[in-house]
Amino acid sequence: MHLIDCPWCGPRDEAEFTYRGDATVARPAADGGIDAFYDYVYTRANPRGWHTEWWHHSGGCRQFVKVVRHTMTHAIAATGKASDTLPVPVEQAPAERVPGA
Amino acid sequence: MTRYSAFGLLTKALGGHAGWSRAWRDPEPRPAYDVIIIGGGGHGLASAYYLAKEHGITNVAVLEKGPIGLGNTGRNTTIVRSNYLMPENNHFYEWSLKLWEGLEQDLNFNVMMSQRGVLNLFHSDAQKHAAARRGNSMRLIGVDAELLDRDGVRAMAPMLDFDNARFPVMGGLLQRRGGTARHDAVAWGFARAADRLGVDIIQHCEVTGIRREGGRVTGVETTRGPIAAGKIGMAVAGNTSRVAAMAGLRLPIESHVLQAFVTEGLKPLVDTVVTFGAGHFYISQSDKGGLVFGGDLDGYNSYAQRGTLQMVEHVFAAGVAMMPCLSRLRVLRQWGGVMDMTMDGSPLICRTPVEGLYLNGGWCYGGFKATPGSGWCFAHTIANDAPHRLNAAMTIERFRDGHLMDERGAGPWPWAQ
Repeated sequence: MHLIDCPWCGPRDEAEFTYRGDATVARPAADGGIDAFYDYVYTRANPRGWHTEWWHHSGGCRQFVKVVRHTMTHAIAATGKASDTLPVPVEQAPAERVPGA
Repeated sequence: MTRYSAFGLLTKALGGHAGWSRAWRDPEPRPAYDVIIIGGGGHGLASAYYLAKEHGITNVAVLEKGPIGLGNTGRNTTIVRSNYLMPENNHFYEWSLKLWEGLEQDLNFNVMMSQRGVLNLFHSDAQKHAAARRGNSMRLIGVDAELLDRDGVRAMAPMLDFDNARFPVMGGLLQRRGGTARHDAVAWGFARAADRLGVDIIQHCEVTGIRREGGRVTGVETTRGPIAAGKIGMAVAGNTSRVAAMAGLRLPIESHVLQAFVTEGLKPLVDTVVTFGAGHFYISQSDKGGLVFGGDLDGYNSYAQRGTLQMVEHVFAAGVAMMPCLSRLRVLRQWGGVMDMTMDGSPLICRTPVEGLYLNGGWCYGGFKATPGSGWCFAHTIANDAPHRLNAAMTIERFRDGHLMDERGAGPWPWAQ
């Protein structure tokens, strides 16, 4: 189970949250073109490693929380508000490194 | 290598089972092959088998980072069916089911294919209409489908809670030709049959890079040295994004974890496959007697082959709502598998923007039943450098061009497919 530190409510059980996906994709400008919108809507880095993502505190304060979480160990390195820029840890163990990345 | 037969089994049994030879060779990787398949699961092994059998391409290596069949091939709930709504999916899965029906004779291997029927319950008028529509869509292309009323369901599965106050069972959509197969045996059978045709199955050989020259693949880097090949097929569902990233590709896929469960062994209780219509829950009984069941994804990106207790509780709640007698059972085993979840819930069997590199992935929940059809279509795509009409719609470009195969219509949310 994940214990997610909501910036407004404190540490709360994963069951209170709704996952909302990759927080690193940014909506292009309205005239950005088909390829930019394709990338925004569909393609994802999908790393095995640290992943910056949205968790909606739907069963709590209903704010969107930004979370840096590891997709192999499920460890959480940082949480913050939607406007925060969160530091992403550098991978330590070679076994966790994404080949080719 | 000798053919397996009842007579052979009898003679070996009389000899104390001492005379069995190994089912496939354990070759050292050669410096070059015509085709390399990355991934020694059911799909990769089936692809290599059909490349050799249907297209005469036998200079093929299957590279697997561990032992074969230990990824999602060994982690599913073994259900085989072709009860899809959309024609692109329906034609493909029906071809796969037809291959399943002759697979044991074709491979000379007992995959324990059991056509015990797949029954999808419905609990409201709206669900009944949706089931009838899907059944009609199946029958229009020649797939068997029957709409059962409440009494028809009761005759097949009397242990269900028909008078559940919130979700009474109104009936079900039945595909009698659906059923289950032994998942490990599928990997072993394809491995043995491919090996007999000359395919090298190389275990404990992890691909660490994809070599390219001028936009075309030339080979792979592995933990056992570089291997050259003019054509490379990826069949690594769960890790497709990671392997594709080695060739600079970014795909419409996220990796999510899905859990499955097995109870203690029981006398025969569920002699078909039943799926709940009011929650995501599907159950069958293995030949050993354990009830095998699963439910929803955990719902967040993950490469960990384990899930959280919250989802365990959710799956059990759905199961007990459908079949209250489950509440007294003990669960013996639980595991998680990593799914390639695409943005529309349908798979990818296609060429890629890198010449000579082919993609087989994005199987979401549905990879096991697709195993023979997926290998057959992937082999065709690799051999001809063009898709078969059965997988012509399963491209990466469909997302950009708006031709989604959204069986569920759930939107571009991979965890909702």
